[in-house]
Amino acid sequence: MTTSFKGPKPSRRQFLTGAAAAGAGAVAAKAGHAASPNPLITDVQPWASGWGDPVDATPYGMPIKFEDHVIRRNVEWLTADTISSINFTPIHALEGTITPQGCAFERHHSGAIELAKPDYRLMINGLVDTPLVFSYEDLERFPRENHVYFCECAANTGMEWAGAQLNGAQYTHGMIHNMEYTGVPLRTLLQEAGLDAAGDLSDKWVFVEGADASSNGRSIPMDKALDDVLVAFKANGEALRKEHGYPVRLVVPGWEGNMWVKWLRRVEVMDGPVESREETSKYTDVLEDGTARKWTWVMDAKSVITSPSPQMPITHGAGPLVITGMAWSGHGRITRVDVSKDGGKTWETARLAKQGDPKALTRFYLDTNWDGEEMLLQSRAMDETGYVQPTKAQLREVRGLNSIYHNNCIQTWHVKPNGEAENVEVS
Amino acid sequence: MSKSLKLTGTALAGTAVVLIAAHNFADRFVSPMPTDAPRLSAGPSNPDLGFMVAAAQADEATHDGRYGIGRPAAPEELAAWDVDVRPDGQGLPPGSGSVMEGEEAYLTYCAACHGDFAEGLGNWPPLSGGEGTLANEDPVKTIGSYWPYLSTVWDYVHRSMPYGNAQSLSTDEVYAITAYLLYSNFLVEDDFVLTNENFAEIEMPNADGFIIDDRPETEYTIWRTEPCMENCKDEVEITLRATDLGVTPVDPEQEEAAAQTGTGSSGEETVDTAAVAEDTGDMTETAPEAETAAMEIDMALAQDGESVFRQCQACHQVGENAQNRTGPHLNDLFGREMGGIDGFRYSNTLLEMGEEGGVWNEETLAKFLANPREYVQRTKMAFAGLRNDEDIAAVTEYLKTYSEN
Repeated sequence: MTTSFKGPKPSRRQFLTGAAAAGAGAVAAKAGHAASPNPLITDVQPWASGWGDPVDATPYGMPIKFEDHVIRRNVEWLTADTISSINFTPIHALEGTITPQGCAFERHHSGAIELAKPDYRLMINGLVDTPLVFSYEDLERFPRENHVYFCECAANTGMEWAGAQLNGAQYTHGMIHNMEYTGVPLRTLLQEAGLDAAGDLSDKWVFVEGADASSNGRSIPMDKALDDVLVAFKANGEALRKEHGYPVRLVVPGWEGNMWVKWLRRVEVMDGPVESREETSKYTDVLEDGTARKWTWVMDAKSVITSPSPQMPITHGAGPLVITGMAWSGHGRITRVDVSKDGGKTWETARLAKQGDPKALTRFYLDTNWDGEEMLLQSRAMDETGYVQPTKAQLREVRGLNSIYHNNCIQTWHVKPNGEAENVEVS
Repeated sequence: MSKSLKLTGTALAGTAVVLIAAHNFADRFVSPMPTDAPRLSAGPSNPDLGFMVAAAQADEATHDGRYGIGRPAAPEELAAWDVDVRPDGQGLPPGSGSVMEGEEAYLTYCAACHGDFAEGLGNWPPLSGGEGTLANEDPVKTIGSYWPYLSTVWDYVHRSMPYGNAQSLSTDEVYAITAYLLYSNFLVEDDFVLTNENFAEIEMPNADGFIIDDRPETEYTIWRTEPCMENCKDEVEITLRATDLGVTPVDPEQEEAAAQTGTGSSGEETVDTAAVAEDTGDMTETAPEAETAAMEIDMALAQDGESVFRQCQACHQVGENAQNRTGPHLNDLFGREMGGIDGFRYSNTLLEMGEEGGVWNEETLAKFLANPREYVQRTKMAFAGLRNDEDIAAVTEYLKTYSEN
C-alpha cells in the first residue's frame, strides 16, 4: 500500500544535483585510487562466497533491480488520458539496435486490448477473388520471413517543432523501437485470396484495421502492400506483447508507426483510400499557408545522440568519452552519420557499429577525448539515397511552424563542463 | 503487377510442395530422426507427414498455386466487419437523423468530453470552431475547419465512439450525431435531416485544403547533397533551453539512482526509510482507528482495484488535489449524496436521485457500475460498466482508500 499509492516525488533539480554529486564522487575516487586498496577487491564479498538464485527463481526474467529506472515513461500533459496516449522508449539507456519489447514505446487509441489467439480472426476482403478468414494457426502455416525494422511514430520529436521543450532523449526521440519481426508477407495473404478481381493493381489500395475499439483504420497503396509489408506475430523471437498488438500486427517498413495496425483484423482491397480519421484529421501536416500535406507516409532519415544526453550526463570528467546514438531512414540504409561538438560549425564522421540494415536502426559511435569544456552536440544522418538530415531551420523554412508530425531535425544537446546535458535550440 | 506476381506464385508452387514437406519433416523430427534426404524425396514413411504432401498437392490442383489455407468469409461476417464508409458515401447503411435528435444523442454520449457545443473540454478534442485559423500560429483543427470529408465523421463515430463504449450507437443515432456536428459547425440549419440519400451532397469547407505529399519535390531535391564538414557557420548561439520551460516529467527512480551513485548504499537506505516513515505517518493521520473499524479495507483487493480504476481515471480523479474533470472527483465517495458535488454538471436523473435521498454506498455503487445506464437513466457517464463482480468489488475497495467514512 505504502509504495503503490505514493504520489510523485520531487524534483528534477534534485536529480541533477545527484548526478553532479556522482560526478564529483567519481573524480575524488580517482584521485585517491593509489592510496588505499579497495575492499571490493581485498575483502571476500558475499556474492563470492554464498549462493545466488536457483534456476527456478525466475521462470521469465525481468532486468535486475539496479536497472529498474530503464522503463517507458509518459508525459502526462500531452494527452487527455492515458488510455489514448503514448509513452516513450528509454533510448538514452539502451545500446545496440534491438529494442527489448518490455520497454518499447506504446501508442494506443483506445487502450491495449487482451485478444487471445483462439479468438483471433483475420479477414481479407474487398476486390479479391474469394474473401477469406484466417485463424492464428492458419497464419503460421504460410512461409514466413524475418526482418529487423524500426517503428517510429509520426509524432516523434513533434513537441520540439516550436522550440526545445522536453529535456531528455527519451522524450524528444523515444517514440521509436526497432525489433526483429517474424511474419507472413501481406502479399502472400492477398494472393491467397486472389487479386484477379482487382484488375489493374497500380491504382488499388488496401484498407487495414485493428480489432480494438479505435480500429485505427489506414489506407495503404497496393504497391507498398505487395512490396515489404508483413503480417507479424513474433518480435525479437517471442510473441508480440499485448501493447504491441498481440497476437498479430501489421509491419509497414519505413512508414509512420500509425500505419502499423495492431490486433490486425481486416485487410480490404479497394479502388481508393477510405480517408479515415487517422489519415485526414490526424497524421496530416499543416503548412504555413494553411494547406496540409496528406499521405506523408515515409519517415525521413533521422538520428539522435543518446549518450551523453540530458538523462545521461557525463560523470567521469575529462578524458576518453564515448559519444553514441542511433540513426534510421524509411528510405533504406543509413550510410553515414556525422557528429558536431560545436553546434554545427565543424563535423566529424562517426563510426557505424555495423553496416546499416534497410529501414532499421543503425548504432553509431564517436570515440573521442573530452577536454572538459562545454559542447553543443549534434548528429546528422545520411541514407543510401543521399538524403542528409536537415536542421530545424531548414524544415521550418519549407513547412512553417505549425507542423506536428515528421520532425526529423538535427537535435542539439548542450553539455556543460560539469557533464550535465540539456536540450537546447541553437542559431 | 498482379500478373507477374501470380506467375511467380505458380512457378514456385511445385517446388514449394516438396520444400514445405521437407521443412516440416526436419523441424519436427530433428532430434529423434536425423534428416534422411533419399527417404524424403521418395516420400516420408510417417503417415502424419504423408497427408501433408497429399494435401499440398490437392491444394495446388484446386487453388491455382495458392496454399489452400483459410476459409471463405460468410456474408454475415463480411457485413459485420466491412463497415468502412468512403468519401462518396459508399458503405453507408440506409438511415437518417435530424439535428434535433442529434443534439439529444450528442448531449448524452459525447458532451462529457467534447463539450455541450462540441468545443472540447480540457485536453479532449474540439469538434467545432476554428474556421480560418489553419494559417495562424496555432491552427484549430476541427470537423468544420479541417476535416475534408463528412464520411470520416460518420465512419469514426460509428465504429469508435462513444469512447469506452464503441459500436453501441444505432445507425440513426450516428446520422443524427453527424447532423448535429454539422449544425454545431454552422454548416446546416437546425431543421436539417441527414440521410444516406443526401449524404454525398454535403461538402466540407476544407475539402480542397490538402495536397499529396510533395516532399520529393520540395525537400528531397534540396537535401540530397554533400553536407558541409568545416566552417559551416560563423557563430553558434543557444536560442532556447528546455529547462526554462520545466515541462519534462520528473523521474523519481532516476533521482534515487543518482543519489545512490553519489552517496553510496547507506544514502539509499536513508531515503527509503524516510519515504516509508512519511507514508506510514500519512496513513495514521488520515485513518484514525475508530474510522478504520467502521470501514475495513482489504488492501490486497484495493491493489487489484487500482488497476481496474485505470478504466475510470480518464474521467475521474482521486487522491490529493483531485479535481472534477469529465467526471466528478471520487474522494470521500462513500456516504456522498448522489449528484452531491457542487458545481459539477450532473444528469438531471442523478440530481433527482440525490434529492430523493440517494447516497453512494457499496450497494448503490455496485448497481451503478454493473449497468450505469440502467441504474441512472440518461446518465452523462459514457462508460459501459464493469462486466464482472470481482472488478466492481476491487474498484470499490480501491475507492474506499480515498474515503474517510
